[in-house]
Amino acid sequence: MAQVDAVAETNVLHGRRIIEAIRASGVSFIPCLPDIHTSEGLLRPLTSEPGFKLIRVCKEDEGIGICAALSYCDKRALLLMQYSGLLDSINALRIVGVEYGLPICMMAGLLNKEPGVPPRQSKHYSLRIVEPILEAMGVAHHVIETDADVGKIQPAIEKAYVQSRPVALLIGGSPLP
Amino acid sequence: MTMRRDEALRVLARHVGDDIVVPVFTTAFDWIAIRKHPLNYIMVGAMGLGSSHALGLALGRPDKRVIVLDGDGSLLMNLGSLVTIGDAAPKNLVHFVVENGTYEANGSHPIPGRGRVDFPELAMAAGYRAAAAFSDLAAFDKDVAAFLAQPGPVFATLQVEPGPSPDFDYGHMHGPAVRQAFKAALQASR
Repeated sequence: MAQVDAVAETNVLHGRRIIEAIRASGVSFIPCLPDIHTSEGLLRPLTSEPGFKLIRVCKEDEGIGICAALSYCDKRALLLMQYSGLLDSINALRIVGVEYGLPICMMAGLLNKEPGVPPRQSKHYSLRIVEPILEAMGVAHHVIETDADVGKIQPAIEKAYVQSRPVALLIGGSPLP
Repeated sequence: MTMRRDEALRVLARHVGDDIVVPVFTTAFDWIAIRKHPLNYIMVGAMGLGSSHALGLALGRPDKRVIVLDGDGSLLMNLGSLVTIGDAAPKNLVHFVVENGTYEANGSHPIPGRGRVDFPELAMAAGYRAAAAFSDLAAFDKDVAAFLAQPGPVFATLQVEPGPSPDFDYGHMHGPAVRQAFKAALQASR
């Protein structure tokens, strides 16, 4: 049975594991916009998790400002959205995250990404451009495809706050609860 | 009737102690000349985000009053933030919009809906607890203390004409010194 679980972990992503990693990162505020890619596996469970304050924003770049301000208060935040919202927030991320050098931590669902296919090899133009844009901006990024990648989350958030730099965590697999 | 922006800000400054103040763009340059204090948060970056930064500060430091001095053009770029703030409902947030009907920092072109948009009505519809409009300096001077004493989020427009042109020092606004000074002052204010 343990062997089956181990195999399963290499192919699926569980929202509860992501939530554990977010909690372990010291994050307490979650500005968010729903994303069908992460809706049931991640955002909905987060709504009933103690210790997190969800801030439902109308547009994703609001979350960039909110995260920035919270960082001055020594409060950790994670902006949860879809990658389209990340693309829509580029200018705010450019000045507030990159030019001001602030720890803007983002988690963006890669809706419609093909399982197991790296984003830049997706058949979807909109997904292929995400990582190159982040690289052009000098924004650190990590793809979280399966449970095996969840271990990247806490160190990435920790590094963002230690170095005061933004980071994007790109949710490739659609998380199960 | 309108007020001069710098005169309205001088009236407000008399009522601002160790509050965090988030002034944006042209108002920011007027404000930092009037109220020299490290808890001025002028580094909002992109136009329109002032109210969102203010929300983050209000939630992150519920022990401090946060006053945002937004612009009408700026708020139009982030109008949804009214709803976000109304939903989050921080009691320590005061939202002023310095309303001059123009994008003053970008050539003073008119904002869309100039003279027709009712910002206080929008704020009330979005869930703010109270909203007001001030266009007379004497009335603002008389009523501002009571306005600020209400639990937030509260909203008011300051209907102004430009005063003397401030010193547009964008290097200072976006430079690291103000960010470092703000962070140190905020940490020291616990």
